[in-house]
Amino acid sequence: MSAAAKVWTLHLLCLAALLGAQFVLPPYHAGNLARIMVLAVFAMGYNLAFGYTGLLSLGHAMFFAAGMYGAGLPIWLMAWTSLPALAAGLLAGGAVAAVVGLLALRTTGVSFMIVTLMFAQAGYLTILYFGATTGGDEGFVIEAAGRKIAGFDLATERPRYLAAFGLFAAALLISLALVRSRFGKVMVAMRENEERSRMLGYNPFTVKLTALVISGLYAGAAGAAYAVLFGYVGASFATVQYSILPMLYVLLGGAGTVLGPFLGAALMFYLIDIASGFTSAYLFFVGAALVILTVFAPKGILGTLRDRWFRWLP
Amino acid sequence: MAFGPFLLLALMEGMVTAAVLALSAAGLSLVFGVMRVVNVAHGEFYMLGAVVAFAVTAIVPGPPALAFLAALIFAPLIVGCLAAAADAMILKRLNYDPEATIVATIGLLYMIQQATLTFYGPNANPVTAPFEWRIQLPWFGYSGYKLFVILAASVVLLGLWAMMTRSRIGLIMRATQVDRSTALTFGINVDRVYMGTFALGAGLAALAGVLIVPIQQAHYLMGGDPLLLSFIVVIIGGLGSLRGTLIAALVIGLSDGIISMFFTPTLAKIIATLLVAMVLVFRPQGLFGARA
Repeated sequence: MSAAAKVWTLHLLCLAALLGAQFVLPPYHAGNLARIMVLAVFAMGYNLAFGYTGLLSLGHAMFFAAGMYGAGLPIWLMAWTSLPALAAGLLAGGAVAAVVGLLALRTTGVSFMIVTLMFAQAGYLTILYFGATTGGDEGFVIEAAGRKIAGFDLATERPRYLAAFGLFAAALLISLALVRSRFGKVMVAMRENEERSRMLGYNPFTVKLTALVISGLYAGAAGAAYAVLFGYVGASFATVQYSILPMLYVLLGGAGTVLGPFLGAALMFYLIDIASGFTSAYLFFVGAALVILTVFAPKGILGTLRDRWFRWLP
Repeated sequence: MAFGPFLLLALMEGMVTAAVLALSAAGLSLVFGVMRVVNVAHGEFYMLGAVVAFAVTAIVPGPPALAFLAALIFAPLIVGCLAAAADAMILKRLNYDPEATIVATIGLLYMIQQATLTFYGPNANPVTAPFEWRIQLPWFGYSGYKLFVILAASVVLLGLWAMMTRSRIGLIMRATQVDRSTALTFGINVDRVYMGTFALGAGLAALAGVLIVPIQQAHYLMGGDPLLLSFIVVIIGGLGSLRGTLIAALVIGLSDGIISMFFTPTLAKIIATLLVAMVLVFRPQGLFGARA
């Protein structure tokens, strides 16, 4: 089999397995998997910026929250239906990423991390400050009327799983096509050696800004879907923790691999799920995972597998 | 109360904030200056200082002043040892790579915070001030302990300044800061300098935590605000420069005291974070100017 055929077969097989999983899994785990798929879309977006382009952002919670409030507020305040609301959330994520990128991409490395962190913190505080409109800390619940697509009730299990799967499949295939495209190669070139790419005639700023906006669109789509599928919008999704989580998913699964974010999200989700069963200090495991990964396995699971055996893995 | 005394009260509260902030920011600045490590877990060392102070004062018998003195000595020591261990087990293995150390110290932040939640619990606990003494001004009474905080912080910072500029240890630290490899060729044990610097930075944060705990109770989530404020101070003041850090701490502490008396704290925080982000974007030499 040619490398391209192998790659597409692998990813389509994974999607087929996920589509079939809902018929096999008990309802509790199917519900978890729907959540994981939405979070994995967020992580895939993070991966496009961090794993492929080398932009280590600490502010992605703001893009996720932009998608969440971009979709949730119109439903809550103006009684929009879910499809236009989802589109609004997607665009909100991209728009916020564009604004942040225009400013933050003037810096690199450590400064970029701190600037994105500061912007996200300001975003979180802004949500609290306008608590009268946004519901502040408590957030708000999205009514059943705003959670329907073409007559299907997204609050029920099967349609919700299918909607999450549809979003995930689209995000995965777009991400795969993107990193195999010419632009994907340029993104990696920026990560590996920005100066050399500049010498070859690429403009680092536009490439990085484009990557960040695509990443923001992913985060926005994930945030919007999270709001509509699970029916709750709250400021806690804008905290630093939601910038750290996608980074952790990506680091665990393997930065710069297409399937890594999903793998990382699934493993971490269940680790936290199990840990929170016996301790309220489950975030300890998030911290321990971050330290262990950076010290012992900076390439993550799929990154290590790729180095050892599967050189063709995208 | 008339406006004048009100402003005076705001200024005095601001001075206390500034003093504690200067201690903790000096630690952060020192670690970044010498090691080029942005320590995101710095606020947790501050929190640990407060929590250890609570534990020490609960164990040590006798008058509150004696127990507090014990806390002032032991809390920074214990936290410093912990930081040295973290340096040896985590940061050194990462070769002090700037981006990897940020991710690792984020992990450290969660580990310390959650371990404290497990072993210390979710409650906020008070520590008795070493002495009860109030100064009666014509308009209001003011806690003498708060003045002691300002005094103690000033003494420690003076000592730190003297150590950095006048002593052999300070010379070695500055040499490592300027050029790591040259320092190495001159026979300086850079690993040990890094470990000591990280411990010293953490110890300063812990000391700030001990000083604040009679005013503000010890709680496992108390590290967040000082971390953010220390970052702001260090960014505005410019790194590696102790003087810049002190001036910025004074400005931020005083304006924080005044602003939060007249505006809502949330709005003040939004403006402050955005301003600092803008400083980093448009005047990066404020923070990372030393590195070309």
